[in-house]
Amino acid sequence: MDILPILSTLRRHKITAWLLILEIALTCAIVCNAVFLISQRLERMNLPSGIAEHELVQVQLANIGNRSDAEARAKTDLAALRQIPGVTQVALVFQMPFTDGGSSNSGIKLDPQQQEDTVDVTQYMGENLLSTLGTRLVAGRDFRPDEFVDLDAAVTALHSGNLKGLPQVLVITQMLAERLWPGQSALGKQIYLGQGLPFRVVGVVAHLARPNRLSKGVEYSTVWPISMNVAQGASFLIRCAPQERERVLKSALAALKQLDPNRVVLQKRTYDEARHAFFANDRAMTGILVGVCLALLIVTALGIVGLASFWVAQRRRTIGVRRALGATRANILQYFQTENFLLATIGIVIGMALAFGINLFLMQHYELPRLPAIYFPVGAIALWVIGQLAVLGPALRAAAVPPVVATRSV
Amino acid sequence: MSMFGYYLNLALRSLMRNKMLTALMVIAIAVGIGASMTTLTVMHLLSGDPLPGRSQHIFYPQVDPSPLPDPENTHKPWDMMDYRSATDLWSAHRADRQALIGRSALRLTAPDMNQPPLMAQVLSTTSDFFPMFAVPFQYGGSWQPQDDQQRTRVAVISSDLNIKLFGGANSVGRTLRLKDSDVRIIGVLAPWRPSPQFYDLVGGRFSNGQTADFYSKPQEVFMPFSSSLDINTDGFMAFTCWRAPDPGTSMTTSPCVSVALWVELGNAAKVADYKAFITDYATQQKALGRLTHADNTRMPSLMQWLDFNQVVPSDVRLQTWLAFAFLLICLFNTVGLLLAKFLRRSGEIGVRRALGATRGAVLTQCLVEAGLIGLIGGFGGWLLTLLGLALIRQQPVAYADLLHLDSTMFLATFVMAIVASLLAGAVPAWRASRVALGLQLKTL
Repeated sequence: MDILPILSTLRRHKITAWLLILEIALTCAIVCNAVFLISQRLERMNLPSGIAEHELVQVQLANIGNRSDAEARAKTDLAALRQIPGVTQVALVFQMPFTDGGSSNSGIKLDPQQQEDTVDVTQYMGENLLSTLGTRLVAGRDFRPDEFVDLDAAVTALHSGNLKGLPQVLVITQMLAERLWPGQSALGKQIYLGQGLPFRVVGVVAHLARPNRLSKGVEYSTVWPISMNVAQGASFLIRCAPQERERVLKSALAALKQLDPNRVVLQKRTYDEARHAFFANDRAMTGILVGVCLALLIVTALGIVGLASFWVAQRRRTIGVRRALGATRANILQYFQTENFLLATIGIVIGMALAFGINLFLMQHYELPRLPAIYFPVGAIALWVIGQLAVLGPALRAAAVPPVVATRSV
Repeated sequence: MSMFGYYLNLALRSLMRNKMLTALMVIAIAVGIGASMTTLTVMHLLSGDPLPGRSQHIFYPQVDPSPLPDPENTHKPWDMMDYRSATDLWSAHRADRQALIGRSALRLTAPDMNQPPLMAQVLSTTSDFFPMFAVPFQYGGSWQPQDDQQRTRVAVISSDLNIKLFGGANSVGRTLRLKDSDVRIIGVLAPWRPSPQFYDLVGGRFSNGQTADFYSKPQEVFMPFSSSLDINTDGFMAFTCWRAPDPGTSMTTSPCVSVALWVELGNAAKVADYKAFITDYATQQKALGRLTHADNTRMPSLMQWLDFNQVVPSDVRLQTWLAFAFLLICLFNTVGLLLAKFLRRSGEIGVRRALGATRGAVLTQCLVEAGLIGLIGGFGGWLLTLLGLALIRQQPVAYADLLHLDSTMFLATFVMAIVASLLAGAVPAWRASRVALGLQLKTL
């Protein structure tokens, strides 16, 4: 196919040609970035939590009554919940992966003399937490019952500087272990909190995501042998078979109400619902972005159809002359297809540069990573295909112009 | 003017002649305008002034109670103050009006109504709160300064809570049980939905742009600051603590920031005086050994405070960028189609020019046609905006119930559609008016 005649024709239709090129360029740039944003959100929504997500229900009660009997109350409540048929594990915990609201976080150090913290980690607490959450231990052990300290007692000990009153050990995630001691076993290693208080790692779990503040490291989690009660903000986490969750949740509420009918239930849900709510924004944004991408591609395709039809109508006589001089239908079809391919290619080249620029802007303002290189060839192919599909109709109409047109109204 | 009618007539005929092309252009404009007006309306509603005409007199004094070393002076005061600093500044009564703010969640029952207990969001404040923020009352009224002093157990409740507990009847004089104490209702608010909920807005800079919750509803119960501390010995929700408080510490001495202060200052001189006053206060407290960073005081105005907290969620801003890029592409599309349309009529334009129409007349006629497309597209855009807003209202976001198309944005929809279509029509109309006369006549 000879490109030169196409170029000379386009040179006589500069404005229209540039319009089409710019439209393709802008679409290309925005769709590339929008698809990248979608992939980022999807990645976030699919982050592994490391827990038995489909087997957990949560009940949170407001703290009613005085603090002094809270510990005794917690024991009765837990015992009542364990009685419910189908319940395999129960714990009083302060936080769960991927939930909004409060979370306990702290900086940790590898050296007591260090000024700056090494990493910011989240702190999971609660008796029986690991087996209720269903995290997988990959090294070391779970806590022994005698290692647990009540939260209030731990805080008092912390302020009086009494090291004996504090927990001595902790469990961390594999990801955190790899960050702190790359390539080594974390078991038996020390970390330091605050003014150089030492704690020893006794176990490593495969995965356990943070509740929120994910940008600080999704799986930088620590687990502490600290027991909590409702007055300290803990909620009941109950584990059972997935198909039993509805029934267990109902029975749990009934059991807790029976122990004290005056309690206010702040939260009652399955873990799946909690996770769903946490990512609601990302889901909505993904929907919007998908809609915008589709709309953009359709609008661009319609634009190509409109302009190509116009050109075909305008060059009807020229086409007739070419046909009369011996050009086949295939030649005419190819002419319009090549023309569209040329315009799309220039548009894609400009669009890629623009996509890169928009990505730089987003990186600055929205903490996004760099656009992966794979988006460029994929985006290019997508726009070429759309361009060819859009031009096919008008090009077929052009090919159908009979040679006799050339002889009319000259 | 008669020419305008004639152009309009010509434009209508021309639009009817090629319905397919016309429909494409109208759809492009309508979709572009619909998308950008939907996001613009959300932006408009979320970034507005919650106290129009008064916000410039409202200020948010801050001192820095942090005892932690800050060698490079980079620490910004926390978003709330410690109990002592806030109440000291308030007790001085150096502003025209001043209101303390503390937040808590308390168990609430209405003893004479047979309803299950619920957790109520309680705002502890002082009597100036209501006149300062122009809070509307449906029944009764606010408490008086002497109630703040005498720790009177009274409460003002929101319209929503009044409907929930008392079916919307006048509940002034009735009793609520908050935690373990009785309080008497002295006022019921008319529906009040400031956007954002500016008076207890904190922590924007730590929220990674996820600020939709700044637009949630006001609290359900408003109580005198003093008596709410008698009822709720646990104290207010802390913004943060610089060290873990000892169990059993009262909130008046806790190492936490949990109280905010708003002041109203009528003129620039008063603003300067108050700034000097908080600086003096901090210096004096440093001399007493209570504060460490005496020079770190601030006093943003209400709107500055909202800006500092970047109240508009980053997703909303991203959506607005996207929508305008989308509109731009739709306009490129329209330019191309208009060009096609006008140039296809070169013959007709040639005849009109030969018969004496000026270039200006041809230009005007083409622009009238573009504007008409804009008007029809604007109508479609308006419908799509209503649809877009209805879709966002279905989303689980705190500002969903705030969204509506006000008259400003309604007008803006049509103005923007017509301006956009005129812009899109400019180049094609100019090209059409430059059609070479002789050439066109020859080919007829």
